[in-house]
Amino acid sequence: MPDILKIKNLSKVYKNNFKALDNLSLNIQEGEIFALLGPNGAGKSTLINTVCGILNFDTGNILVNEFDIKKQYRKARSLIGIVPQELNLEAFETVWDNVNYSRGLYGKSSNYIHIEELLKELSLWDKKDSKLRELSGGMKRRVLIAKALSHEPRILFLDEPTASIDVELRKDMWEVVKRLKKKGVTIILTTHYIFEAEEIADRVGIINNGKIILVDYKDSLISKLGQKILRIELNNKIEKIPYQLEHFNLELNKDMNILTYIYNTKGQNTGITSLLTEIKNLGMQLKDISTEQSSLESIFLNLLKESENELVRS
Amino acid sequence: MNWYGLKSIYLHEMDRMRRTLFQSLISPFITTSLYFVVFGSAIGSRITEIEGISYGSFIVPGMIMLTILTQSISNASFGIFFPKFTNTVYELLAAPLSSFEIILGFVGAAATKSLIIGTVIIGTAGLFVDLHIEHPFIMIFFLILTSVTFALFGFLIGIWADNFEKLQLIPILVITPLVFLGGSFYSINMLPEFWQKISLLNPVLYLVSGFRWSFYEISDVNIITSLITIFVFLFTCVLIIIYTFAKGYKIKN
Repeated sequence: MPDILKIKNLSKVYKNNFKALDNLSLNIQEGEIFALLGPNGAGKSTLINTVCGILNFDTGNILVNEFDIKKQYRKARSLIGIVPQELNLEAFETVWDNVNYSRGLYGKSSNYIHIEELLKELSLWDKKDSKLRELSGGMKRRVLIAKALSHEPRILFLDEPTASIDVELRKDMWEVVKRLKKKGVTIILTTHYIFEAEEIADRVGIINNGKIILVDYKDSLISKLGQKILRIELNNKIEKIPYQLEHFNLELNKDMNILTYIYNTKGQNTGITSLLTEIKNLGMQLKDISTEQSSLESIFLNLLKESENELVRS
Repeated sequence: MNWYGLKSIYLHEMDRMRRTLFQSLISPFITTSLYFVVFGSAIGSRITEIEGISYGSFIVPGMIMLTILTQSISNASFGIFFPKFTNTVYELLAAPLSSFEIILGFVGAAATKSLIIGTVIIGTAGLFVDLHIEHPFIMIFFLILTSVTFALFGFLIGIWADNFEKLQLIPILVITPLVFLGGSFYSINMLPEFWQKISLLNPVLYLVSGFRWSFYEISDVNIITSLITIFVFLFTCVLIIIYTFAKGYKIKN
């Protein structure tokens, strides 16, 4: 798929000298769901707001479908929709008026059929004449999505869309996201819930201290950086790890009956066969064996730790 | 030009007036009536005529200016301050709108509201005094020019203000005293010579004087000087707003 968003050498320093984006480059492919992960203050929202034109940036350039967001801002911005993190809405307007207002801002004439479809898809149709202040938090989140989609954008930014909403609505939200993907909309989302990224994203980007640490396909990332854990439960307790097994870097639990072995699935030699042979030669009786795949969360945390260490070193 | 975007902002702002119709239209009607009762009848009965015009008629242009100025400023400043306050301003900034279109939408709506209110006041004044407008087109021109200029000024206040206190600060502490001391309810010829000279430093005097000239052909200062003063203020506001938007001051940073 071609890249629909190209960000090159983007830097942004706030007035208080906080460097929010540090020479950041990132390409987003058309039609994908891209999850941007990072701790608080990593630069996720600054990046989104900069691409959407809400914040100025200092250096670098951003192309949306080859349109420069500064020189050709009308064409670039008309392709983008944004759902902000906070539930910011005018209190006294109706859902219908507010969604239509958003469409108008993007230079589109009113389209009753499109807005009706949108509100129905987001389960907002029966609330179309309700004042925004009368809606629940979850409904407000849906209205924000409707507003962002009112002008039929090709790229949708979702800045922590599932923050402070209940489980049911979260599931509905991801259903909407999946439907949008089917329609060809490119979705870039930030989330604190890594399991969500693991479930829904095609590619994952990890950002820390205003820099992109890593971008990769989710599955590839998990298989490349993922490690597996082999747990060997013994029939009898042992006093310590036998010296014949020392070179496997095993860990023994407190109850002295489970050996843990960490190995890389992509390595040429996992060492499992040698380990089990040695255990057999030592006459140790096995009770159970299990393996566990490392999650995106553990990969994410490891990468952040490495990034912080690198920062300290530099 | 994003015409639909411009129209959306304009109608969105005008809709706010519809939602607060009582406050928007009835309030100036009542205030004007009270001014006529207090200034026109109670005080005006002791002041017979000023330069051949009854006191009640004399204060009409000043009253209209007082309302136009304060309404233009408050409508425009609140118009842009409110999205900042509720954080819905992101939508304006992310939309394919130029700074010019955003300003035109907000300022156009604020000026329109002021003009509607100005018309209500003229109508109300007509109930109390015999209104006579010598130069109706110049009067309308003054009305539009003043509404737009002070809506621009109000827009600047709205961008600058980051709380409700700041939003009220300049209108209450600067504009209201300038309007009251700008010859709205008297001619500066009634003041001692020293205060006449001091009054000439008040820019609002030029607005009221020019506007009054369009009604009765009487003024404290020359009509051309009045027009130049408004245009200078208008262009100053435009230049500051262009600079503000270009830098993203208090909006994009």
